[in-house]
Amino acid sequence: MKEFRYERPTDADAAVALLTDAPAATYLGGGTNLVDLMKLGVAAPDLVVDVSRLPFEEIEETDGGGLRVGAAVRNSTLAARRMVRERYPIVSEALLSGASAQLRNAATIGGNLLQRTRCLYFQDVGKPCNKRQPGSGCPAREGVHRDLAILGASEHCVATHPSDLAVALVALDAMVHLVSASGPRSLPLTELHRLPGDEPQRDTVLRHGELITAVELPPPVPEARSAYRKARDRASYSFALASVAAVLQVRGGLVHHVRIAFGALAAKPWRARVAEEALLGQPATAEAFEEAVDRELAAARPLRDNGYKVPLARRLAVSVLTDLAAPEAGEPR
Amino acid sequence: MTTTQPLLGAPTARLEAREKVTGAARYATDHPTDRTAYAWPVPATVVRGEITSIDTTAALADPAVLAVLTHQNAPRLHETDDPNLAVLQSPHVAHRGQFVALAVATSLESARAAAEAIRVTYRTEPHDVVLTPDHPGLYKPDEVNAGLPTDREHGDFDTAYANAPVRIDAVYETPALHNHPLEPHAATALWDGDDLTVYDSNQDSSGVQRTLAQLFGLANGKVHVVNEHVGGGFGAKGTARPPVVLAAMAARTVRRPVKLALPRNQLAAVTGYRAPTIQRIRIGADPEGHIEALAHEAITQSSTITEFVEQAAAPSRTMYNAPHSRSTHRVAQLDVPTPSWMRAPGECPGMFALESAMDELALACGVDPIELRTRNEPAVEPDSGLPFSSRHLVECLREGACRFGWHDRDARIGGRREGRLLIGSGVAASTFPALVMPSQAEAHAAADGSYEVRVSASDIGTGARTVLTQIAADTLGVPLDSVRVRVGSSDLPPASVAGGSSGTASWGWPVHKACTELRQRLAERGYAVPEQGITVAADIAQDIDEREDLARHAFGAQFAEVQVDPATGETRVRRLLGVFAAGRILNSRTARSQFIGGMTMGLGMALLEGSTMDPAFGDYAERDLAAYHVAACADVPEIDVHWIEEEDPHLNPMGSKGIGEIGIVGTAAAIANAVHHATGVRVRALPIHPDVLVARLADQPGPP
Repeated sequence: MKEFRYERPTDADAAVALLTDAPAATYLGGGTNLVDLMKLGVAAPDLVVDVSRLPFEEIEETDGGGLRVGAAVRNSTLAARRMVRERYPIVSEALLSGASAQLRNAATIGGNLLQRTRCLYFQDVGKPCNKRQPGSGCPAREGVHRDLAILGASEHCVATHPSDLAVALVALDAMVHLVSASGPRSLPLTELHRLPGDEPQRDTVLRHGELITAVELPPPVPEARSAYRKARDRASYSFALASVAAVLQVRGGLVHHVRIAFGALAAKPWRARVAEEALLGQPATAEAFEEAVDRELAAARPLRDNGYKVPLARRLAVSVLTDLAAPEAGEPR
Repeated sequence: MTTTQPLLGAPTARLEAREKVTGAARYATDHPTDRTAYAWPVPATVVRGEITSIDTTAALADPAVLAVLTHQNAPRLHETDDPNLAVLQSPHVAHRGQFVALAVATSLESARAAAEAIRVTYRTEPHDVVLTPDHPGLYKPDEVNAGLPTDREHGDFDTAYANAPVRIDAVYETPALHNHPLEPHAATALWDGDDLTVYDSNQDSSGVQRTLAQLFGLANGKVHVVNEHVGGGFGAKGTARPPVVLAAMAARTVRRPVKLALPRNQLAAVTGYRAPTIQRIRIGADPEGHIEALAHEAITQSSTITEFVEQAAAPSRTMYNAPHSRSTHRVAQLDVPTPSWMRAPGECPGMFALESAMDELALACGVDPIELRTRNEPAVEPDSGLPFSSRHLVECLREGACRFGWHDRDARIGGRREGRLLIGSGVAASTFPALVMPSQAEAHAAADGSYEVRVSASDIGTGARTVLTQIAADTLGVPLDSVRVRVGSSDLPPASVAGGSSGTASWGWPVHKACTELRQRLAERGYAVPEQGITVAADIAQDIDEREDLARHAFGAQFAEVQVDPATGETRVRRLLGVFAAGRILNSRTARSQFIGGMTMGLGMALLEGSTMDPAFGDYAERDLAAYHVAACADVPEIDVHWIEEEDPHLNPMGSKGIGEIGIVGTAAAIANAVHHATGVRVRALPIHPDVLVARLADQPGPP
C-alpha cells in the first residue's frame, strides 16, 4: 500500500474542500471495500478523507412521512431500526442479505452505494481492466464472467454493481442528497450509477469531491407489499448471482403500483421500467408477471457463461411478484 | 498409580485451547526476533517463458530495502526430489504465479512496495492450461500418488460389461480445489553461523528439516524446524513449500532474521491444490444390482515441474465386489501450478464419482441404495485379495439408516415438496486407508514424578498434542496432568507427516512403545527414579514391517437431506449424518470435530468450492476467501456424527484408524444424490451451483 495522508474533518464543507483541490484524494466510509482495494493496489489515493464520523448519522422521519438516512449510518444500524423494519422491510432484508455481521457493523450507507465492482479482473492489478485502467481492455468478456452483467454492458466493461441495499432503494424511489463545492443537489438514486458505455471507469455521475450526505425514502405506498430476494452460491457472505426487489400494490385484482429492481445484472441497480409499464393496470397473475419480466429481459445480452442469469432473474422476479400478489396463499400459483 | 476414568476415548479438551483462544499461541511469524527483516515475493505475470531482464533499480532506491533476490543473485540451492522448491534458480517460468524475485526490507511495507517496483521482462511462449478429456498430452504415469499402481485389471471387463443386463456409463468431474488453510504459508528464518532455525507453518517438521538440509547442503542436525502451532494445512503444508525456502535464502543473504507470510492471493499458485479430475465410470450389473464389471478411469492434470497424479480411481479397488474390473489413471502435464495433497487425495474426488454411479445403479435396478451396497460387499479387498483387518461399512450404513430415518423415505424422485422447496435425501459410503509411517519417540521419567514425552509430531489444529498426552498417560498409568508431551520441533525424535490420516497411529505407537517400556523399567526399580531421570527411546519402523499383510481401511456412511429452490436453483443442506467405523476413537471430542470438519469441507466441495482456470492468463481466478467460497456458518446445518465401536487388533497398540480425512469422503456424493432425489437432476460435475440447476430445472415440466 502506498503512503497516503489521512484527514478526519468534522463537517461536510471541510471534507469537500479537502477533496476539491486534490485530484487523487478519496472519501473513506467504513472502509470495507476501499481499504481492500488499497491493499490490492487497485486504489492508490494520496489523501484519504474519513467521512464516516461526519454528522450524518441520523435516521429521521421527514415532514412528508418519508425517511431520511444519513450517509454515515452503519448498515447494521439501519437494518435493525424498528421504523425501517416495519415501514421499509426490504431495506432491512437487502442489508441483512449482504456481507457479514462484522462488515455490516463497519459499512456505511453512503459507502455501500459507492462500492466498486467485485469483477476479479478489476481487483487484479496484474491484468487489464478498462474500469481500473481505461483502454487496457476487458478480459472478462472472454474470461471468467459467470457473475457479470447481462444488461446494459458494453464492449468495454461487463462489471456488475455489487450492492444489495441499492437494489431495494431503487425499488423504493429513493433520492440521494449530495454536496459539493458548488453546493447541494439531489438525484433520484436511479440516476446515481451509470452504465459503462465507453467510460467504464466512471461508476457514477458524481463529480470529483461530491459527497453523499443522505438517502431519502418517500413515504411507503399504502397497501403495497414488498420483498427482496437474492440468489447466491453461498448462504451468507456472498454477492448475488441475481437479486430482485419488488413493491406491489394490487387493487381489485389489477396492478395499481409496481416497482421492480434487479441486482447483479448490470453496472447499476436495474430498474425494470419496461416490466413495470407493462404491468400497470394488468391483472396481477403469474402469466402477466412472466410476460412483463420477459419483456424487460429481452434486452439481456448474456456472455458465454452467464446466460443462466436470464432464467434465474425471470423466475426470481416472477416468484416474488406472485408471492406479493397472493399474500394469503404464500405460494406461487 | 491408576486413574478412575479411562483416558483413551475421553473427550479431553485441547491442552492448548486457552493459549489459542487468548492469542498466546505462537504461529510461524509470531515469534519475536531482533533486527527482523520482511520478505515479499514477486509472482510471474506470464504463463510460460523466460525472464529476459529484471530491473531492480527502483526497488533498491528505498534505503529500507536490504536486498532483491532473483535467479541472477540468489543463493544456489542443491537439488531435492521436489523441483518446485528450486526457487529463483532459473529464468524459466513454468506457470503464472511462480516466484521470480523476492524483496527483503526492514519493514513489511517497504518489502511490499519494493516487490511491486521490480520490473521483470519476459520472452513468452504459447501456453496450454486447460485439461480436456481428449487432451493430446495425456499419458500413463509410472505410478500415482501414494505410490499406488497406475492401472489395475482383473478378469475381462470389456466382455463382462458388454454382457451385463444393466449398464451405467457416466462421466463425473471435480474442479480444481484449493486447501486455503486459515493461516497462510508463513515462516520466520534465522541463521546462526551454519545453523538454520525456521519457525514454519507445516505439517511435518522432520520432513521440512530434511528438505532444507538438502537444499542448503547442511547436515540434518544443523536445521531446526519449529511448528509448535499450525493454523491448518489440509495437505497443502505436508511438505516444504517455496515460502520457507525463500525465507531461509533471504535470511542468509541479509544476515538477519527474515519473516515471510504469504499473502492470500499468492497461495493458489504456489502451495498446491487438488487437481481437477474427469472420471468415467462404467458398471455392469445383473438386474438385482450385483456388480459384474466395474471400470473407473480417471484423468487429471499436473504441472510441467512435477508429476503429481491424483489417485482418483483408487477407491474402486477397495469398495465393492466386482469380478471383472479396471482402474486407470492418465495425466497431462500442463502449464499450470503444481497440484498436491488436499484432504483425502484420491478417495475424495474418486468417491464422488463411484458413489454417484452407485446411486445411478441403484435407480437403474430399482434397488435401495443401502441394499445395493450391501449386496456388493466383498469378502476380501477386491484388488489385493487381502483380508480386511476390519470392515464395517454395512454396519455404518444400517446404523445411519436408522438414525437418519432412511426407511421412511419415499424413494420416488421429486416426490417431496415443502411449499416451494423440493426436498430430497441421499446416501454415500466413505473410505480411507488406515496408514502408519515410521516414527520415533522418547519417554522420560523425572525424579519429581513427572513425565515428558518427546516426538516430532505436528499438531495442525487436530488435537494431536492432546491425544498423544492421553496415550502416554494411559500407557504409563498416570494422571493426564503429570505428563507433558513435546511436539512441534524437528529437534525432537523424528516422526512422520501429519498427513494421510496417519499421525495419531504413527506417533502414538512409538509413544505407547516408549511409555510401556518406561513403565516396566520403573516397576522393576520399585518406582525409584534417579536424579537424572530415566529415558526410553522407541522406534516403530520394524514393528510396521512385521505386521501381517492385511487391507486396512476405515469406512463410513453419510446421509444428506437437501432442499432445492426450483426458482433459483439454490441448494441448501438441511441435515448431514455421518456414521464411521474407524477403529478405536481415542478422543471423542477432537474426533467429532475432525469428522464434522471433514463433512463441512465435503459440503463445500459439493455446493460451493471450485477454482476456475483462466485460459488466457493461466491462473486460478478465485484467490481470496471472498471469491473462493468455503462453507460459511449459514451453509452448515447441524451435522450429526456417530461411530461404531470397532475392535481391530491388527492396527497399532491403540487400535485406532485415522480420522482426519474420511469425513470429506462421500459427502459430495451423498449431497449430489440427494439433489437428484429432490429434483430428478443428476449433477455429475461439481460444484452444484445454482446456475447448473436453473438451467436443468428449466427443462422440467410444470410451473416452478
